[in-house]
Amino acid sequence: MADIQTSGPDSVYAKAFKEAIFAGVLALGLFFLIVGFRTDQNINNELVLVQRWGLLTIFVVVAALGRFIFAAFVVPSRTQVKVAKAKPSAATQADRRSFKAIVSRFGLALLFVYPFLVILILALIQYAFTGQWSFQSGVQGSLKYVDNFGIQILIYVMLAWGLNIVVGLAGLLDLGYVAFYAVGAYSYALLSTHFGLSFWLLLPMAGIFAALWGIILGFPVLRLRGDYLAIVTLAFGEIIRLVLINWTVVTKGTFGVSGIAKATLFGIPFTPGPNGFAAMFGLPNSGVYYKIFLYYLILFLALLTAWVTIRLRRMPIGRAWEALREDEIACRSLGINTTTTKLTAFATGAMFGGFAGSFFAARQGFVSPESFVFLESAIILAIVVLGGMGSLIGIAIAAAVMIGGTELLRELEFLKLVFGNDFTPELYRMLLFGLAMIVVMVWKPRGFVGNREPSAFLHERKMISSEFTKEGHG
Amino acid sequence: MSQTQPLAKSSPLLSIENVETYYGNIRALSGVSVHADAGEIVTLIGANGAGKSTLMMTIFGMPRARTGRVVFAGQDITQLPTHEIARLRIAQSPEGRRIFPRMTVQENLQMGASLDNLEFYDEDSRKVFDLFPRLKERINQRGGTLSGGEQQMLAIGRALMARPRLLLLDEPSLGLAPLIIKHIFEAIKELNKSTGLTVFLVEQNAFGALKLADRGYVMVNGIVTMSGSSKELLANPEVRAAYLEGGRH
Repeated sequence: MADIQTSGPDSVYAKAFKEAIFAGVLALGLFFLIVGFRTDQNINNELVLVQRWGLLTIFVVVAALGRFIFAAFVVPSRTQVKVAKAKPSAATQADRRSFKAIVSRFGLALLFVYPFLVILILALIQYAFTGQWSFQSGVQGSLKYVDNFGIQILIYVMLAWGLNIVVGLAGLLDLGYVAFYAVGAYSYALLSTHFGLSFWLLLPMAGIFAALWGIILGFPVLRLRGDYLAIVTLAFGEIIRLVLINWTVVTKGTFGVSGIAKATLFGIPFTPGPNGFAAMFGLPNSGVYYKIFLYYLILFLALLTAWVTIRLRRMPIGRAWEALREDEIACRSLGINTTTTKLTAFATGAMFGGFAGSFFAARQGFVSPESFVFLESAIILAIVVLGGMGSLIGIAIAAAVMIGGTELLRELEFLKLVFGNDFTPELYRMLLFGLAMIVVMVWKPRGFVGNREPSAFLHERKMISSEFTKEGHG
Repeated sequence: MSQTQPLAKSSPLLSIENVETYYGNIRALSGVSVHADAGEIVTLIGANGAGKSTLMMTIFGMPRARTGRVVFAGQDITQLPTHEIARLRIAQSPEGRRIFPRMTVQENLQMGASLDNLEFYDEDSRKVFDLFPRLKERINQRGGTLSGGEQQMLAIGRALMARPRLLLLDEPSLGLAPLIIKHIFEAIKELNKSTGLTVFLVEQNAFGALKLADRGYVMVNGIVTMSGSSKELLANPEVRAAYLEGGRH
């Protein structure tokens, strides 16, 4: 990095140009066979080789251009930022803290008004284009944004926050978290369809069931850590899914459970009938009220998860989780019962997975084992890791980017004009995950918000100059 | 900091009787008998790999003694779970310090005080800061960013927060500058004098340890080969030849 600062800007561009050519050659070598050729069937059912030089050129140019921009502009500016950051003062740290508080408060406020904001914006757009002022069209149009973006993202935020208790706080790598999500979803689906119990009764019950399963999983894996634990939890997730598929008498197998009752607002159902929500409040019939209700419900559940996490972190059990993550032997010799500590971590994390599951079942009205594949666990874990283990805000941002990005890809229909009609943008969502992973791991190896915020500190903050903080000093 | 109860001279606070410990099939300790009376500083010296740390961890049941007994204050703790042993107010500053690196100094100390749910945190932390003023300066700093000596102070401080009756110290001088070692040893002595805390000190730094302790044991290959008062051991020609001559450090 040092040579960048000493040498002039010309050499930076020359170097970047060289790197760009190298990246282009590399891309050419990589994609020559993969992208340049495609086998296809012609009308006589014969295999023919299709040459796609145009697409190959796009790939190579994108790689070279990307490398050039990165090397010429991003790297030098980052070095400057690093130089500027090298002398942190107590003031900037305090600034960062209050900045963070403002961001989280602003984000929270935005979350609370989000559905109405969407309706307002859509109505405004409508007004700008047609000159007609009508909230009703805004209400109808907002359905997609509230449901696909709002609810979908918040479900993952909640799941990731729940998993964060197990992985981020207690340091127990759980690859089968989706199993608890499944337990929650199926307990609501089955108990509601068979016994007609209400959502508000089954929500806590689903949480309790999931927590029980968390303990059941916890017992055999008490002595495992790290990779071994990961493998066993992965297997556990698959077992639950296979049971759901094969125990057809109860779960109806791959057909899934359908016709699950919707949630009600304290007994007021969201149906078009005379007792329904819309009739009760004299509003025109619309499916959007239920979506908005679900939005606030999942927002409440997610915030509950966050609140419990924040509270627990300050309590002895939360402390014990964090200490357990750092050093298990030290924990035990300080008198902490690591068995119960681990089990409570599994149970608490699983409970929130169960809540999210029962919400999922109420929202979809249909559950099947297909919703609970390993990929879901992997996505939730990826969100936790990308966001920075243990950081609630980081995880929320990661979930918004990853899940919102996936949903956004569905909207990018104009890409069909560029890449041709058989281009389906949503198939590239895994590319988004891979890209985000690489970007975050290169720049922020500990996630977006990688620093653990201490849960206790003395308020009379002392200035500690950086020369005291060197390791091996004193 | 300790709640020492006067014990009859006949029953030591800690006694390890004929203990054998294995790692798989490898015997690490063979028939070790060691005791510490209340109010004493006892040291166990020996070379690398002699089994000193194994003995210390055996007291905590990690690993468990296969034969023999560990008795603390008249209670057989050989088969007790580790956290139960800690609850009897045995605290340790383990080998390699094992502080919580991502937690602050204060949080580390709070972890030490978790047995009493932080009830005596303010009072005890003040005592720890009197002993190691450096820790107070670093109170909001993460454990992992402390220097080696400060980490050692934190490990001892964290152990003291548990209000121990018996303090086990595993090589507190490891990798530290002589000045820091002196400071830490003085702090241990001071603690023992003012509160009557029983200290069991495992050390490679034989000279310093014997200077500090009342009594000592010498361990070779999992066997206690010699024991006696510190003065005797310091004067013993065998001990001198094996551990002391060739640089007092």
